[in-house]
Amino acid sequence: MSADYGQIVKDGLWKNNGVLCMMLGLCPAMAMTGTATNGLGMGLATTVVMASSSLMVALLRNYVTHEIRIPTYILMVATNVTVVDMVMNAWLHELYKVLGLFIPLIVANCLPLARMEAFAAKERPLPSLVDGTCVGLGFTFALVLIGGVREIIGQGTLFADAALLLGPAFKVIELRIMPADWGILVMILPPGAFLVAGLLVVAKRMIDLAASGKTAAAGVATSA
Amino acid sequence: MSEIRPAWLHAAILGGFCTVFGTALALTDGATREPIRQRALEDKMASLAQVIPGTIHDNNPVSDSITLPGRDGTETVVYRAMMGNRATGFAYEVTAPGGYSGPIKLMLGIAPDGKLLGVRVISHKETPGLGDKIEVAKSDWITRFTGLGMGDPPAEKWAVRKDGGQFDQFSGATITPRAVIGGIRAGMEFFAANAPRMMETR
Repeated sequence: MSADYGQIVKDGLWKNNGVLCMMLGLCPAMAMTGTATNGLGMGLATTVVMASSSLMVALLRNYVTHEIRIPTYILMVATNVTVVDMVMNAWLHELYKVLGLFIPLIVANCLPLARMEAFAAKERPLPSLVDGTCVGLGFTFALVLIGGVREIIGQGTLFADAALLLGPAFKVIELRIMPADWGILVMILPPGAFLVAGLLVVAKRMIDLAASGKTAAAGVATSA
Repeated sequence: MSEIRPAWLHAAILGGFCTVFGTALALTDGATREPIRQRALEDKMASLAQVIPGTIHDNNPVSDSITLPGRDGTETVVYRAMMGNRATGFAYEVTAPGGYSGPIKLMLGIAPDGKLLGVRVISHKETPGLGDKIEVAKSDWITRFTGLGMGDPPAEKWAVRKDGGQFDQFSGATITPRAVIGGIRAGMEFFAANAPRMMETR
């Protein structure tokens, strides 16, 4: 398999999108998307861990035997997450106060593990780094989308508290879409996450179907 | 796969990785422990400043602290605000059990007459976007306790509205505010039980 970076980017961001197509990493995608800002925070933290873990797996791929690859990968992700957690707490404390809540949850995400198994374990380091980053960004995209829809319908805002995550300069993206007393609580609660995620999966398939109809491409469903 | 590798080889490789990653974790822990402790201390001083107004004391409460035994054998460090020789406020940490995901740590500031100078959440693991409205950065909910005390409102009103109390829960979360209010109550009871010892001047 030669590295086709365009394909890797396209697959990671859209075609094989972790949440919307592969249906992986749904636990954080459901739990952390009450607002678009939370989705963004969780997505970015996951992207960092995915990129570094994929790179590490690719570098060590010739030393890990097939039989013990799963425990080794879990060990790598867990170590990465813990190191990131401690380092951020010590030296990026302001960011940690906002993002710290999300970091331990990355260990419970099977998306990094899936990409290691499906991609990084067989590929050279650079394509693996690109793959990890792009799948992570695709994950971020999906989470921001789910979070945004839930936030607008659930509490009428978009990117509330973004300034806490990204700095005061981003105060401008904190929008109020609906009147202040607007709020459909179920969208903030877990059922809202399932509803929105399900509808977005449908929307993605419909977009893909429409696109493939034009280009007469084969099918929609793909495998990693 | 051309041949079956012996089991000890896998064990050795896995053991090797465990050693390497374990060492990496230990090194990171060693390097970050002191800075993390420092950050936690800074956070504590910042939250202390929020619950004891700077205008009521001329000492440094962080350096003027006394340690009192709590109910369950734990120790509570009480930071004292002094104006001249007179105690004008006390601040201490209260751990509120029963949060949605684990205990919630609060910092309480209380005046000698038992009225709350302020309450802040130091650390919690509540659901982002839902239970985290107890943080002052996200919502002003926590500021409503300032100026209140045991008896004002009466003890039975120290609860969320759903439990017959006078404090609003916020939409989607009752457990979190219930735990916080319970913690504040426990903190005020602690003050009532220990007030004489807190007032003692050295």
